Amino acid sequence: MQQIWDPTHECMLRGELEQLQLERLQATLNRVYKNVTCYRNKFNGAGIVPEDIRTLADLSRLPFTTKEDLRLNYPYGMFAVPLREVVRIHSSSGTTGKPTVVGYTRNDLQSWSNLVARFMTAAGVTHDDVVQIAFGYGMFTGAFGLHYGAETIGASVIPMSSGNTEKQLMIMQDYRTTTLVCTPSYAITLADRMERMGIDPKSLSLKVGLFGGEPWSEAMRKEIEARLLISATDNYGLSEIIGPGVAGECQQKCGMHLFEDAFIPEIIDPETCQPLPPGSVGELVLTALTKEAFPMIRYRTRDITSLDYSPCACGRTLVRMRKTMGRSDDMLIIKGVNVFPSQIEEVLFAIEGCEPHYQLVVERQGSMDVLEVRIEVTENIFFDEMKKQRAFLELVEKRIESMLGVGVTVKLVEPNSIPRHEGKAARVIDNRQI
Amino acid sequence: MLKLKNINTYYGKVHALKNVSLHLVAGEIVTLIGANGAGKTTILNTLSAITPAESGEILFEGNPIHNLPPDRLVRLGIAQVPEGRQVFKPLSVEDNLELGAYLRYRSREARGTIKKDLQDVYTLFPRLLERRKQLSGTLSGGEQQMLAIGRALMTSPRLLLLDEPSMGLAPLIVQEIFRVLDGLRRERGTTILLVEQNAKAALKLADRGYVLETGKVILEGTAANLLENKEVQRAYLGKDKKEIWER
Repeated sequence: MQQIWDPTHECMLRGELEQLQLERLQATLNRVYKNVTCYRNKFNGAGIVPEDIRTLADLSRLPFTTKEDLRLNYPYGMFAVPLREVVRIHSSSGTTGKPTVVGYTRNDLQSWSNLVARFMTAAGVTHDDVVQIAFGYGMFTGAFGLHYGAETIGASVIPMSSGNTEKQLMIMQDYRTTTLVCTPSYAITLADRMERMGIDPKSLSLKVGLFGGEPWSEAMRKEIEARLLISATDNYGLSEIIGPGVAGECQQKCGMHLFEDAFIPEIIDPETCQPLPPGSVGELVLTALTKEAFPMIRYRTRDITSLDYSPCACGRTLVRMRKTMGRSDDMLIIKGVNVFPSQIEEVLFAIEGCEPHYQLVVERQGSMDVLEVRIEVTENIFFDEMKKQRAFLELVEKRIESMLGVGVTVKLVEPNSIPRHEGKAARVIDNRQI
Repeated sequence: MLKLKNINTYYGKVHALKNVSLHLVAGEIVTLIGANGAGKTTILNTLSAITPAESGEILFEGNPIHNLPPDRLVRLGIAQVPEGRQVFKPLSVEDNLELGAYLRYRSREARGTIKKDLQDVYTLFPRLLERRKQLSGTLSGGEQQMLAIGRALMTSPRLLLLDEPSMGLAPLIVQEIFRVLDGLRRERGTTILLVEQNAKAALKLADRGYVLETGKVILEGTAANLLENKEVQRAYLGKDKKEIWER
């Protein structure tokens, strides 16, 4: 039988849901207008006071919030409560060096846990399960979100963190892990390693996998399910909104139920910024309704998707969001880490003499992403001595790696060999088939 | 059961409620908390059409009620226990209670149920039975509050609006009154909208709450979450005083 963690909120009638959304939206707007200077200025600039928002449709009159706003208000400017009421701080990579900082009050952590518990329950996790979390613990929200969700359900959590594939497999065998949490590409890596080590997936206790942190395809789902003998589900979230716990698949696997009692989704045209009719493909914009420390009003996620309001066989009445289909900016996701070309550009600028004629090439080798940075050679960075040349490349690699948190290879290419598009180089070539 | 959408109420030129939206599910106890003048009582008075809304929508069991006069609302099953009890002091306890059933009194078949309802009130508040012949002006504050609640129950309401039932009462009496409210919800499924200065007691009793500030809702949530909310603790639960003083 299919379990639903919070039937009151996951199976609401549309009318009741909209009333709750309106109440929470109005209360949130009153609060951010009072407590967050950035929002007060934004609303004043648009000539709007919270009282002008009388219906859910009025939401579209409010200005957007972007990653740039978070950067300008770094680190705590967007918080709606004093720092001493914040019990947890997380962050994600930023576009230009500075990360974005998000905070949670005790109530926020509790509601976060419950939102994650919703999609974990929908994926089939119960209090009898043993959940191995192979996301990296640290400033990213992924591992902690799933950790708390699983504990809230009452499952046994193994906070394994990422990497160390052989130990992951040993623990999976010995601790009888039933639920695997990691990026989809790491699930394939695990399957590859099992094959090489001669571990039969039938000998494991695995039955459910929750994969996220990077986009993945139906083909990948089929492969993971067939090779690990599990039911694999997708979920969606971003740290600026709450982390994982924005949306997640049920066993129908036909889109991720977006928790609309806590977040209002809109789909906009990323060019004109106008809201699009239901069902259209466009950029997802989210407004958080229940957060105390870090409310977000009309945050542009830059993720391209569409929303399906037709009923789902699982009984949940929440709208379903399609797997993300791309980005409306140039962000790349490499091994689950957000990478902006501008970050690499910044590193190249910082290294003396390095003109930013560069190109990023992303490949998938096996199941792992590989990022190659190609730089056009100039006199400044051309050395007769091989040793010096190699040292230079290593320096660039090291700088980029410490900036991004993922390893890259740097290659010099001939001048003018990178094709220019209206004077600008075509920055990114993504050869991954996902 | 009850939905308010974008309610705006004025006292003359004073904008007392600004776009207030809230709802109650049948069988719920919901509390409104906030400082003096935040608009808590105004919400109750707007609901019972004492100070009608200038704009906005009120739906009771799906039907609009914002244009109905107070007596129609009582017939529909909405009863208010006003702030400061407001019992009819020169009348006896029993007369006060019977007046609560005034609207039903004229239909003959209702008279039997009125008797039964009277007995029910006496069961809830045995103190009122002891004093049924006494003039209500001579009752203590707590007894008058019981009488005011009893009188509202005589309309056999489905939605009970309570305005500051704990005001000026001894803690033990407050406990007793809150126990009765809890019993009403559990045994009769009465839906209750409770306005309280005593935010802590109210949040312990209620399922959900709304926090009001200068005529606006600034927070909505389960009672447990509101109790944990630092802003609520600071402003209404008297915690953290020292730190505020020091700032």
